[in-house]
Amino acid sequence: MPEDINLEIFNADPITEDVSDAAPQAGTEAAPKTYAPLDAAAESQADLSAEMKSIGEAYAKALKDGAPAEIQPRLDYAPYRSSVLRHPTKDLHHADPETIELYSPAFGHMDVHALESDLTIQHNGEPLGERIIVSGRVLDGDGRPVAGQLVEIWQANSAGRYIHKRDQHPAPLDPNFTGVGRCITGADGSYSFTTIKPGAYPWKNHLNAWRPAHIHFSLFGQEFTQRIVTQMYFPGDQLFPLDPIYQSIVDQDARDRLVATYDHDLTRPEWAIGYNWDIVLTGSKRTWTENEAFGTAGDDSE
Amino acid sequence: MNNTTKLTPTPGQTVGPFYGYALPYEKDRELLAPGSPGSIRLQGTVYDGAGHPIPDAILEIWQPDSDGNVVHRTGSLVRDGYTFTGFGRSAVGNTGVYTFTTVNPGPTEPGAAPFISVAVFARGLMNRLFTRVYLPENEEALAADPLLSSLDPERRSTLIARRDADGGLTWDIRLQGEGETVFLDFEGSGRPEGAASGGAAQ
Repeated sequence: MPEDINLEIFNADPITEDVSDAAPQAGTEAAPKTYAPLDAAAESQADLSAEMKSIGEAYAKALKDGAPAEIQPRLDYAPYRSSVLRHPTKDLHHADPETIELYSPAFGHMDVHALESDLTIQHNGEPLGERIIVSGRVLDGDGRPVAGQLVEIWQANSAGRYIHKRDQHPAPLDPNFTGVGRCITGADGSYSFTTIKPGAYPWKNHLNAWRPAHIHFSLFGQEFTQRIVTQMYFPGDQLFPLDPIYQSIVDQDARDRLVATYDHDLTRPEWAIGYNWDIVLTGSKRTWTENEAFGTAGDDSE
Repeated sequence: MNNTTKLTPTPGQTVGPFYGYALPYEKDRELLAPGSPGSIRLQGTVYDGAGHPIPDAILEIWQPDSDGNVVHRTGSLVRDGYTFTGFGRSAVGNTGVYTFTTVNPGPTEPGAAPFISVAVFARGLMNRLFTRVYLPENEEALAADPLLSSLDPERRSTLIARRDADGGLTWDIRLQGEGETVFLDFEGSGRPEGAASGGAAQ
């Protein structure tokens, strides 16, 4: 274990592996398997892909019959086995946001060091892999910049390994890469991270299940109701059609909103490949003040 | 940017299994130091549809101070032990239990029922869920609350914490099944998010 990796991160609350609570597939015949199951992740990609295809076709038909586009992932998406027992079965209850919900926690530049947005300088040497710059803007549904708010990211290293004791993927840890970054958005809602392109990794939802390369993003917005956690993907990934987490967003236009764009203007000569990804949070329900619109809501500026 | 143009929100995705080295931070669940005057413990367990505790969920709370003020103050990530910012984050442990040290929220308006706003994230949960936890006291305010009064009694009870002997609050979250917690949609235009989630069809 390299000494400059903080051991505390290996002692975080443990989690179960993704397959541990996977529910048995309801209502399907036990099809003869043509492979020897290696572990609990025994269902084939072909089985999973058929399920995803069937859901996709039903959605396409509903769209054609006039149903509205589904812009968020389905909470109930059985091909992601862990979702089976973890989705509410009742409709979300409509509520009008009240006072506290119309504000977001405040984060200031004092909370986050400027260097935390560069994931390649957190240790003593250069991480292995393809250096990338990921930049974009965070906007609300009315197109206003979400300024002065915390953006957190986390990701696997270039070999597809997370710094997490429950990640048992036999790919190397990188002593120079932890895969955690933070920044505060600028007055125009902009953010920028320098990092390493993450690798794909296996996750045992089914046999031979691999996640497309992705970076996790956590975003707050100006109101608590805008809070989201999501994932950014890379263009052209061959694993998209096979991945139940990506496919849980059944609408292709909606899926496309999670895929970054290669940006040659962000790409820096002899240094890093650039990707652009803009993030849109929900609309604002509160009347903004001039002060907030220019991103000076935090009290760091005083 | 044309401010009248509505942009379509970016979809959410599961927080995944491996947030555990990224999102938690020192004193993340201590909105103020344990043992501080006025501090209480808010605790509970997160359950799945089989009634099993979920060991890999993470909760966030956001609340007014004990006088009902929305403090809107920085300092949640680097706690000094004195500044109350109203925000906290707690990953559940192996047994599915979360804990916050906080204060009883005050009413943000005279006569309003005080509550803490909650966001729930978990592996296997495709998108975060919002909910609220209300204080059990002041029946009159609870009865007048617009959200609580729109729910039938059984569902309503899922949003009200129990007062512990030590003055703390216990409130469990059930993602599915008997006693399923009421989760909220704030969009209020077009199709409810629940319908888009496929929930209506189940």
